[in-house]
Amino acid sequence: MSVVVYIESQKGVVKKAGLEIASFGRAIADASQDSLVAVTFNLEDTSTLKLYGVDKVYNVNTEEDNFFNVERYANSIQNVVLKEAAKIILVSASADGRYLGPILAVKSKAAYFSNVVALPTSYDPLTVKRSCFTNKAFNESTTNEECSVISLCSNAYGLKEKQGLAEVVEASYETSSTSLKVVSVDKVTDKITIADADIVVSGGRGLKGPENWHLIEDLATVLGAATACSKPVSDMGWRPHSEHVGQTGKPVASNLYIAIGVSGAIQHLAGINSSKVKVVINNDPEAPFFKAADYGIVGDAFEVVPQLISKLKALKQ
Amino acid sequence: MNILVCISNVPDTTSKINFKDQNEAFDTNGVQFIINPNDEFGLTRAIWLQQKSGAKVTVVTIGDSSCEPILRKCLAIGADQAIRIDAHPLDGFFVASQLAALCKKETYDLIITGRESIDYNGAMVGGMLATMLSLPYVANCIQMDVEGTNVSLQREIDGGKETLISTFPIVLGAQKGLVEESDLIIPNMRGIMQARQKPLTVESAITLNQATSVKIFEKPPEKGPVKLVDSNDVDGLIELLQNEAKVL
Ligand SMILES: Cc1cc2nc3c(=O)[nH]c(=O)nc-3n(C[C@H](O)[C@H](O)[C@H](O)COP(=O)(O)OP(=O)(O)OC[C@H]3O[C@@H](n4cnc5c(N)ncnc54)[C@H](O)[C@@H]3O)c2cc1C
Repeated sequence: MSVVVYIESQKGVVKKAGLEIASFGRAIADASQDSLVAVTFNLEDTSTLKLYGVDKVYNVNTEEDNFFNVERYANSIQNVVLKEAAKIILVSASADGRYLGPILAVKSKAAYFSNVVALPTSYDPLTVKRSCFTNKAFNESTTNEECSVISLCSNAYGLKEKQGLAEVVEASYETSSTSLKVVSVDKVTDKITIADADIVVSGGRGLKGPENWHLIEDLATVLGAATACSKPVSDMGWRPHSEHVGQTGKPVASNLYIAIGVSGAIQHLAGINSSKVKVVINNDPEAPFFKAADYGIVGDAFEVVPQLISKLKALKQ
Repeated sequence: MNILVCISNVPDTTSKINFKDQNEAFDTNGVQFIINPNDEFGLTRAIWLQQKSGAKVTVVTIGDSSCEPILRKCLAIGADQAIRIDAHPLDGFFVASQLAALCKKETYDLIITGRESIDYNGAMVGGMLATMLSLPYVANCIQMDVEGTNVSLQREIDGGKETLISTFPIVLGAQKGLVEESDLIIPNMRGIMQARQKPLTVESAITLNQATSVKIFEKPPEKGPVKLVDSNDVDGLIELLQNEAKVL
């Protein structure tokens, strides 16, 4: 039998989340003594997958269709699931992965587990640990179906190299039966996204105004980080809505989250608390963020952040 | 146009999360329940279509009678009628299956779910429901423009947005952007009075096999106190992030 993993790529190159889900898949395949079968779309070079323990790759060529067409992707993956008689299907927790997962689960008559944070604790029946209540708790859930789809939280497992064959086989791009069509994509390609970033630098109302955002941007640049902001900051138009993180904004699950001039309201924390290490810089020692953070500096952002930027720059040289 | 808005009854974000029965069940004691925020964005967008073109807005939830106050609130906000499917929502698949059964009995042109609920954060009901009905689904929907039987939508993606077109019927996963927080409708006295007269019907659930079972809940271990570094010692912070946290 096989474990089937959907590996995301961008412009023909595997995304980091794709390598993480492959690593996770390898460990599951080892534990359940299955082979690890990847489904990719328009991958230019499948050899990277050899380093992450993939045994076989179905690389679908979508030809005329450049967009992520969720129906066609789901049908194409479903095809491989049937061929391989897979009992476990894995997807990343990216926007596309979370879009695809439930659709694929219904098509495959599979149970669906989102927000999975670790390797299964049992394979008979399949049992997984998931986060819930916006990371204020976890639960252990078991499948009642023959087949299950697991969506792994970003950065929950990490990258683990292991040799594999990554033998490439033919795969077909299936059709869609609904009227839905993607007509255009509007995406920043020169900046690292909040979803893909290892480090996120976030600014709050404490930065006083958009003219001071060079502090956030310079710090992010030296760290190779994505930039984010609190809700009032995007509501006031200091920053674009796409940077708003929290309960009503984007979720963040980075390895390092640096909050500057953010008070740490519960709705803000709800969106960012699955980040591994949290750092706060705030001039109010009573700010609630200090209760949620791992490291903190009580101080004025306008003094601390420039020092941090120059020290980090010096370190990088 | 017939619109169905699927509503989840969720604990307010500020609620204390506790468990009971040897950690096998969520303890609702002292918890304040609200309309799931993503569902409320969707409901507001539906009300706009009702006001503009006379669409009929039905809200539905799966739950016991303790969910009725939030359905009444949806009616006070402006929904025309409410349905409660009388069952304990066991998991996302169960909820999607109940909704699919309802949608096969009635015809809806537009079915709105929230991008995700803020209790289980599953982000699965909309996609599952659409697939069960063989309808298109747009997740993380931040814009919708209706032109006759055609609809143009935007989906938020990592690092940007995507524009899609479709015909009705369609299922979408609403989130902020579809309407803004300042657009949310606060029920007035008249709305609240009218809501009492509007139909709220209770329907029985279909029986089905549960796809997943939650066995046990646990809370994360208590976090240790924050390590404070002096504001004149950014070197100290960098050193901790490099050598202790190992994130730089
Ligand atoms: C239903 C609902 C949903 C919400 N969803 C979200 C969400 O998704 N995301 C979100 O962020 N918020 C959300 N909020 C809002 C949230 O409750 C807070 O109001 C918001 O997060 C506060 O933003 P802030 O920390 O930037 O501003 P403030 O709370 O004003 O905090 C600014 C902080 O900066 C500090 N500061 C000031 N000057 C300096 C300085 N010179 N140097 C260092 N620090 C300084 C202050 O001490 C203060 O702690 C939501 C609220 C509701 C009711």
